[in-house]
Amino acid sequence: MSAVVTEHDDHHDHGPAKGLLRWVFTTNHKDIGTLYLVFALAMFFVGGAMAMIIRSELFQPGMQFVEPQFFNSMTTMHALVMVFGAVMPAFVGLANWMIPMMIGAPDMALPRMNNMSFWVLVAGVLLLASTLFMEGGAPASGWTLYPPLVLQTGDALPFAIFSVHLLGISSIMGAINIIATIFNMRAPGMTLMKMPLFVWTWLITAFLLIAVMPVFAGGVTMLLTDRFFDTSFFDAAGGGDPVLYQHIFWFFGHPEVYIMILPTFGVASTIIPVFARKPLFGYSSMVVATIGIAFLSFIVWAHHMFTVGMPMAGELYFMYATMLIAIPTAVKIFNWTATMWKGSMTFETPMLFCIAFVVLFTIGGFTGLMMALAPLDFQYHDTYFIVAHFHYTLVPASIFVLQAAAYYWLPKWTGHMYNEKLGQLHFWLSVISVNILFFPQHFLGLAGMPRRIPDYAVQFADWNMISSIGAFIYGFSQLIFLYIVIQTIRQGTGEKVTDEVWEDAKKHGLEWHLPSPPPYHTFTTPPKVIPTEHI
Amino acid sequence: MKMTRQLIAGMALMVSSLGTAYADYPLNLMKGVTEQSNEIYDLHMLILWICVFVGVAVFGTMFYSIYHHRKSKGHEAAQFHESTKVEIIWTIIPTIILVSMAIPATKTLLTLDDVEDSEMTIKITGWQWKWQYEYLDEEPSFFSNLDAASNEARQVGSGIDPTTIPNYLLDVDKPLVVPIHTKIRFLFTAGDVLHSWWVPDLGWKKDTIPGFITEAWTYIEKPGVYRGQCAELCGKDHGFMPIVVVALEKDEYEDWLDNYPDNGAASYPDGTWAAQAVCTGSECTKDELMQIGETVYTNNCASCHMPGGEGIPGTFPAISGSSVVTGDIEGQIDLMLKGKGMMPAFDQSISDLEFAAVVTYTRNALGNNVGDLVQPGKITELKSK
Repeated sequence: MSAVVTEHDDHHDHGPAKGLLRWVFTTNHKDIGTLYLVFALAMFFVGGAMAMIIRSELFQPGMQFVEPQFFNSMTTMHALVMVFGAVMPAFVGLANWMIPMMIGAPDMALPRMNNMSFWVLVAGVLLLASTLFMEGGAPASGWTLYPPLVLQTGDALPFAIFSVHLLGISSIMGAINIIATIFNMRAPGMTLMKMPLFVWTWLITAFLLIAVMPVFAGGVTMLLTDRFFDTSFFDAAGGGDPVLYQHIFWFFGHPEVYIMILPTFGVASTIIPVFARKPLFGYSSMVVATIGIAFLSFIVWAHHMFTVGMPMAGELYFMYATMLIAIPTAVKIFNWTATMWKGSMTFETPMLFCIAFVVLFTIGGFTGLMMALAPLDFQYHDTYFIVAHFHYTLVPASIFVLQAAAYYWLPKWTGHMYNEKLGQLHFWLSVISVNILFFPQHFLGLAGMPRRIPDYAVQFADWNMISSIGAFIYGFSQLIFLYIVIQTIRQGTGEKVTDEVWEDAKKHGLEWHLPSPPPYHTFTTPPKVIPTEHI
Repeated sequence: MKMTRQLIAGMALMVSSLGTAYADYPLNLMKGVTEQSNEIYDLHMLILWICVFVGVAVFGTMFYSIYHHRKSKGHEAAQFHESTKVEIIWTIIPTIILVSMAIPATKTLLTLDDVEDSEMTIKITGWQWKWQYEYLDEEPSFFSNLDAASNEARQVGSGIDPTTIPNYLLDVDKPLVVPIHTKIRFLFTAGDVLHSWWVPDLGWKKDTIPGFITEAWTYIEKPGVYRGQCAELCGKDHGFMPIVVVALEKDEYEDWLDNYPDNGAASYPDGTWAAQAVCTGSECTKDELMQIGETVYTNNCASCHMPGGEGIPGTFPAISGSSVVTGDIEGQIDLMLKGKGMMPAFDQSISDLEFAAVVTYTRNALGNNVGDLVQPGKITELKSK
């Protein structure tokens, strides 16, 4: 493996425009990546603040702080903000920064659309947030927006629906851009089967986005016409069916949760080999497993609806199909374990977060498997058991890995090293508190506590209090993360970082062949050598 | 520094008080009182143990590796990767485990679905935010609301300690009374939005869907009181529409049925009758209407319009001084029959007597003093229009 020669023609390499307008009009993938990441981090705290309100109200039995209607708005908005405002944009931000640098491309294929998809996202999220101040309050029907309940929303309904349209447009544009970039802009020699797994998982995610966002947009548009134009798609009195909406929603909703987890897999598969100092155990089986999971995600949607009273054949089919997901997922977990096996591991913050991800995501996988079994779901469905399940697959999975990615690539992006001690503190506080927060919720669900209730019977009091304490510690710990990020951007530890930052990282990815921080334009001429250690 | 110490002290105090405050740490699914719930419990335990076993194996390997294969111990990285043999093995093993899970799950699912040979049928309708129980082929038909004590305590800032309320949020005014050792078929539907009827002791929940009927069955083995809640988000008081099932010995149940009164009130299982003022004859006095109206208001209106009628500014309009309530009486009745926005239609979910009573009550209480009243017969007449 010889070093890559990065030939930059410095005469044409200009820096960014000056002033604030740089960020408004930028078409540079690094700038747009930064915008996405900063926006996602801000929304992570907004959604987190909503979670703090929820956990404060649930700290004790009895209603202490908020009205039930506002509580329902908070659960709804917490989910929408975290999904559409934090996790998805954060991964798009990573894609913007990393995909061109990983495949040796000078920028994204469609830079102007790239700018537009970011600003449409901002408009969508602001519109969504504005519903909090409208007559009748923000949507309070859960993020699934099930009719007929959602049709009782006050003035906020059309705004929330339009906001979903905007978010969908933004996601679709981002996805088109990513697909166009990956298919057309790879450096010579960067064959599909040599791409880093992060690029692979994003390619598949982008196809999922294009396939399902229009379905969701269609579904919410039908809500709009039901409410304002006298249609009855979901109203039995007019010949419609409320369950139809659930089918439409989950045809979008199930792939949607994989949209949030597949890039997570990609980042973990990128980071673990570097710190294990070993190639990924099975590169091609990881690619195949990702495609397998993506395919299965389209044909399992009604496992969210076992209790609506489907015919037996439907229940059985969706149960078996859902169970199949365990196979490619298990392949992935075995792969990460085998990658660590007989490695020479070190435990810097990114690696710690990735290991915690593998362990805690597996727990989320187990509970997922339990709920896949329809008869068991008759008990688990709509309880805190599922709240625990999907938070295990989102917080210590997607969020942990996003933070691992931040620690892993921040030195590359900024040229400054983050404070490792603080990073480790952030990790240990997060990993302990996230379990105090979500593990007891399994017990609550099994003991019979339904989800989305603002108050509960007193036998649930103890675990709820423990869970809330975990939530407060977890929420507080994220301020440490914010501090570390800001400090690293400013000057970090002052230590000079090398191009490859991490030991032998050059063998694993093209981005480590670039200077830290990379110049404004990179790979204006394609790299000559393609690293293959990750394969 | 002082702040930090105080914070830690407070936290320690909170943690230590956890054990004494409620001393209740439920961990697992309940076995329940039906064959179905027992089968589900056994399946749950089987799958749980399989997951624990797999987890121990995977995490054990991982932690062994994390402990031994680290650079600080001088472990050199092996460079092996890609092994088709290993990949095939670790694809086949999960497949075998999954098949071994699918077989018992399918069996349980098939028994749950079999509503054949049921001996009685009860229709359950979900409403915002109460349950309606109709015994098909029998007389009883009534609504079941959150009990008054819980309802008072659960208001924001009520100052009432929930631990002093017996069965806080899990008690109702009129429970569903059923016989044991009887295959009961339930039919589910909803009047407004989705709800889900869930009693963990029976082993399942079923969504109730407006305009559609779904079914499920139970066969309770043991007399007792079994509590549950609505499990599908149905609006602001989703957390406040509990379910109580009282299972009686067959002969006790027959007694309960025989004594079921004509006037719409249902008895508590201990044999006492629910206190309910009922006017005799077709004309009610204003006092009678006001008395009934107050209960109807508490059960149906107070959760949004607030117990004192002041509403929640910006979200739920006030009753006190409302132009609708103090205006034309037929206008008010019309709005209540049809519903508006978040407010459900009350044309079916309360009786004509209750309807007339609550109209009269809102016009002459909660800070209003219109002075008029409306008779149940008038409501019947307006409904038919």
